Amino acid sequence: MPDINIQHRLGRFSLDVEFSPQNQWTVIFGPSGAGKSTLLRIVAGLIQPDSGRIQLGGRTLLDTVNRIYVPVGRRSIGLVTQQPALFPHLTVRDNVAFGIRHLDRDRRRDRIIEMLRLFGAEPLADQPANHLSGGERKRVALARALAPAPDFLLLDEPLAGLDDDSARDILSSLLSLRVRLLYVSHDLAEIWRMPADVILLDSGRVAAVGPLQQVLATHRAQLLRHLSL
Amino acid sequence: MDLQALWLTVRLAATTTFLLLALGIPLAFWLASTRAHWRPLIEAITTLPILLPPTVIGFYLLVLLGPHTGFGRFTARILGHPLVFSFSGLVVGSVIYSLPFAVQPLAAGFRAIDPALIEQARLLGASPLRTLTSVLLPLSAHSIVAAAALCFTHTIGEFGVVLMIGGDIPGATRTLSIAIYDQVQDFSYAVANRTSLLLVGFSALALVLLYMRRSGNENPHA
Repeated sequence: MPDINIQHRLGRFSLDVEFSPQNQWTVIFGPSGAGKSTLLRIVAGLIQPDSGRIQLGGRTLLDTVNRIYVPVGRRSIGLVTQQPALFPHLTVRDNVAFGIRHLDRDRRRDRIIEMLRLFGAEPLADQPANHLSGGERKRVALARALAPAPDFLLLDEPLAGLDDDSARDILSSLLSLRVRLLYVSHDLAEIWRMPADVILLDSGRVAAVGPLQQVLATHRAQLLRHLSL
Repeated sequence: MDLQALWLTVRLAATTTFLLLALGIPLAFWLASTRAHWRPLIEAITTLPILLPPTVIGFYLLVLLGPHTGFGRFTARILGHPLVFSFSGLVVGSVIYSLPFAVQPLAAGFRAIDPALIEQARLLGASPLRTLTSVLLPLSAHSIVAAAALCFTHTIGEFGVVLMIGGDIPGATRTLSIAIYDQVQDFSYAVANRTSLLLVGFSALALVLLYMRRSGNENPHA
């Protein structure tokens, strides 16, 4: 039985996918409107699908047949999108601290610094979030999402607009963590050397799934066409 | 100048403002975030006092809070006196009459907040209460100040509702606006002028402070 099995209708669009993330990273490719973001929002718990089942890390987060629905925020899932959505009235430190629970003051402080250092944002700790540049916001958003040590991190093109060096640095930092990723990307080069499975999503359906080289071999034209859109 | 009426008016406006913020913040939060089918009905009910003549609101409250209804008798038994013709009755009337002046700016402030911030708070495990206190309220500070200023000045200027529910009892229900009416009836135009100027000053000051704060918020780096 697949770990993720979702059916959801949104107006004329319908999402019907099933797959099991096998690798540490699962990268989702597909054209605009394929349902990538909707899929991530359903896994995060922001959208309740019409039917389906989500099992991650041995936990059942959703099972519409058995009426199981773990609410958003209790799924141990982080989500970072293109828009970092930092809390503008808080400092960088307070943003990163926002989701940390069950840690005493010292360990909490250490965790914040650890996450900021990982993404090269430690010097920004005391700055107000609304004073940061676009790239700095993306780094802090990743640090904030990872600070509560989620089991799963969902990334919806979080590196869009960053220069290649910055994107490479951030990917290396992410790779150094044990967190499992579901990663929507448009950049094949970005994940070329990553231990990633690829899901090719098209019109709300899984067109191909497997290791990158394998999907590329069988769906090269389709994959390249989607990435060029 | 009727200082007793001035003190009573300030007490009434402060109490009403406090209660309206306590009631209006959760109500506006609900209105701004719910997808319930009956939200338009609740929103219409909260906005209705803007359109209704104050005497109509006052009349129905006079009937509702009076001794001829079960609710009126119940509150009289709890409080030891009827709500009509009392300060407590004025507070009830003022809260209902000024409700839209609290809820509308608060709901507009909540709606103006980027929904992605609320989603992030939820993803990071914040309860609705923490989302409200840690994200929504700090980001709606201007709306809260605006709602408080509008409620305070609107209550200070009340006449119809106050007269219908409270009558004109010195020290108990006579507010400044009723004092002005009495002064005009007595042809004490000079006194009425001083009292009126005080009310004009109150309202103008509240609005100037409000717009000064808004200008400051619009140009944080100026």
